[in-house]
Amino acid sequence: MFTATIDTILEGRRSQPHQLVEVLIDLQDAYGYLSEEALQTVAKELGVSLINVYSVAHFYKAFSLEPRGKNMITICTGTACHVRGSDLLIDQAKGQLKVEPGKTTEDGLFTLECVNCVGACALGPVVIHNEKYNHHVSPGKLRKMIDKTGDGKKKEKEHA
Amino acid sequence: MPKLKSYSDLEALHKRFLEDKKSSGLTLIIPDGTCCRASGSTEVIAELKKELAIQGRKEDIRMRTTGCHGFCEQEPIILIEPGNIFYCRVTPEDVKDIVSSAIKNGAVIDRLLYTDPVSGKKVMTEAEIPFYRAQDRQLLAFNKLVDPRSIKDYIAIGGYGALTKTLSGIKHDRVIDEIRVSGLRGRGGGGFPTGRKWTECAEAPGEEKYIICNADEGDPGAYMDRCLLEANPHLVIEGMIIGAYAVGAHKGYIYVRREYPLAVVYARLAIQQCREYGLLGENILGTSFSFDIDIGRGGGAFVCGESTALMASLEGKAGEPRAKDTHTVKEGLWNNPTVLNNVETWANVPLIIMDGAKRFASKGTKGSKGTKIFALTGQVKNTGLVEVAMGTSLNSLVFDIGGGAKNGRAIKAVQTGGPSGGCLPVSKFNLPVDFDALFDAGSMMGSGGMVVMDERTCMVDVARYFLNFLQDESCGKCVPCRLGIDRMLEIVTDITEGRGRPDQINLLYELAETISETALCGLGKTAPNPVLSTLRYFSEEYVAHVEKKSCPAGVCKALITYSINADKCNGCGVCLRSCPHDAITGRKKKTHVINAQLCRRCGICIGECNFEAITAI
Repeated sequence: MFTATIDTILEGRRSQPHQLVEVLIDLQDAYGYLSEEALQTVAKELGVSLINVYSVAHFYKAFSLEPRGKNMITICTGTACHVRGSDLLIDQAKGQLKVEPGKTTEDGLFTLECVNCVGACALGPVVIHNEKYNHHVSPGKLRKMIDKTGDGKKKEKEHA
Repeated sequence: MPKLKSYSDLEALHKRFLEDKKSSGLTLIIPDGTCCRASGSTEVIAELKKELAIQGRKEDIRMRTTGCHGFCEQEPIILIEPGNIFYCRVTPEDVKDIVSSAIKNGAVIDRLLYTDPVSGKKVMTEAEIPFYRAQDRQLLAFNKLVDPRSIKDYIAIGGYGALTKTLSGIKHDRVIDEIRVSGLRGRGGGGFPTGRKWTECAEAPGEEKYIICNADEGDPGAYMDRCLLEANPHLVIEGMIIGAYAVGAHKGYIYVRREYPLAVVYARLAIQQCREYGLLGENILGTSFSFDIDIGRGGGAFVCGESTALMASLEGKAGEPRAKDTHTVKEGLWNNPTVLNNVETWANVPLIIMDGAKRFASKGTKGSKGTKIFALTGQVKNTGLVEVAMGTSLNSLVFDIGGGAKNGRAIKAVQTGGPSGGCLPVSKFNLPVDFDALFDAGSMMGSGGMVVMDERTCMVDVARYFLNFLQDESCGKCVPCRLGIDRMLEIVTDITEGRGRPDQINLLYELAETISETALCGLGKTAPNPVLSTLRYFSEEYVAHVEKKSCPAGVCKALITYSINADKCNGCGVCLRSCPHDAITGRKKKTHVINAQLCRRCGICIGECNFEAITAI
């Protein structure tokens, strides 16, 4: 399975070093991260030194060298979302998931990510939940979104 | 589809598609761009397809899905032509009524009409809506006419006519002349005269030349390029082909952000269609001119919007800029002469060639011609994409088109130009918006982001936000940017967290000057702008933070405390449940209390409380 997909991605791009970023984006999309094995294959097939492949993989934010969680919570932190309170959403997600942005929860269920603008500025604050764009998100809306996706057990706090 | 071999082939096709379009009766137009989808347009479209089949109207009612029309706040939208009837915030449940009433000629569904927030009156047609009426839509006007996936739609409205005009009779230098005379300046932010750029590239020695479309729209708060590429990719491609012919290039690239997946898909499809029609590839329209375009995707690095970094990225390297001792028009992609323009600039080219430079130059101001698309966002009633003639005042943009402040608060500033730009106060709202006026006021046009801020926005926090953004996005190659922005961020963070000292303000000025004079690329050179412009226009907020250790807007967490007003709290428990840090306690129906030690001042409870019982001072 692994070889098949990487083969398809490399098709027509072998020995073309300038295709490096394109190939890595496709691999990232197919596997959710860039494994050491994949990077070695890419280096060999495109004719780029491994250190250069790593340098590019580290440089661009789109690439992750670690596996990502089952669910992605991507909070837009563009200016328009910022002035409409995206900071509160980060606080909400951090508090609820107990992870910092860029990290994955211990159970591997969620990866929390912040991006600098997804270009849906009129609808801010925007949160992308597994490729679905959600608009005008409030902390409460985000809390429910995470609750629903999680393990199904809603952690409801009650009055003391 | 057999390849078009001549201009007359294209002309014949245009006539055929136009006839076909004219004969279509009732058409329901639904914008379906990224923002529209976020609001639920996909579900509405699915329902509409179903309903047309149920009511047996698939033959006589046409449906056209298009890119975004700009009024993002009101989506999902259905526009009915002829009649120009405008329904907004449509849900799948409304679809049945819409189809039924559309059949009964003239029947209008009142509840789905737009209500003007200023007059409170219902508005029936799109043309009457103040948001649209106050605009001058030259580029955006096409969006409702074409399905971005259909080259037929584009050819039907006269698409690729400017290309025919170019190839069939204008010499290379005449094309450049036309662009030069039009006064078109780069829409990506720099404002460099496009004609001059093309001339320099055309005159540069070298056989291999390149054309690049910069769609790496990284400025937070700007999305007009995404919209154009998603809504009308052929317009951009036509502009690029004309540019390639003018400067003698045979290969082009569209460099588009990976964060814009729909734009990537539509641009790819459009390129494919052009190859099939013989509008890209060898011997375009039977002439001796050959040109092709490929897509390169960005990997999420803001700095790649800078020309040399973008080219490094296209070459498959890390997107680090280089010193521009030699300009990219002479030594660009793979050290060959390269013309790089942004999406909106390319989109203007076919219009200039088709309608003439004079018409284009008749709009705008002395130094900035034509129209410009702005992304009006933030704390304003009508958010979306607006296109106006250059020189339109900020007042007109924010109040006439934007409808003024949201939530009844007072507007304080507008931020233009993204992280390289600045914040302008209300007292400057009579400024005509063009390249030079904004620059003189300490901001810049940038790619056209316009984020409106109200009294609940702290300007020092905004400065910190941009520094944080730039520090995060700095590629780290040159010292002034890598360390300088870091130091500025450190100081502004000190100020927002109550550790600010009066002498630090001067230090900020010194750092700003050094960075802007010595940084390698545009990102670094303009990085101090957000700090400088807020210091210039909102110095009293800095003073309050430094001397009184208070944040007048109630934003800076370290300078405010949260408390619950016992008179207003009824102990409903909403805040207790919403606090992600477990800082709120209290018995049912008794006043709740915030534990200051646990409280992280995130403000979530304020938004959740229905009784305005929680305050941050």
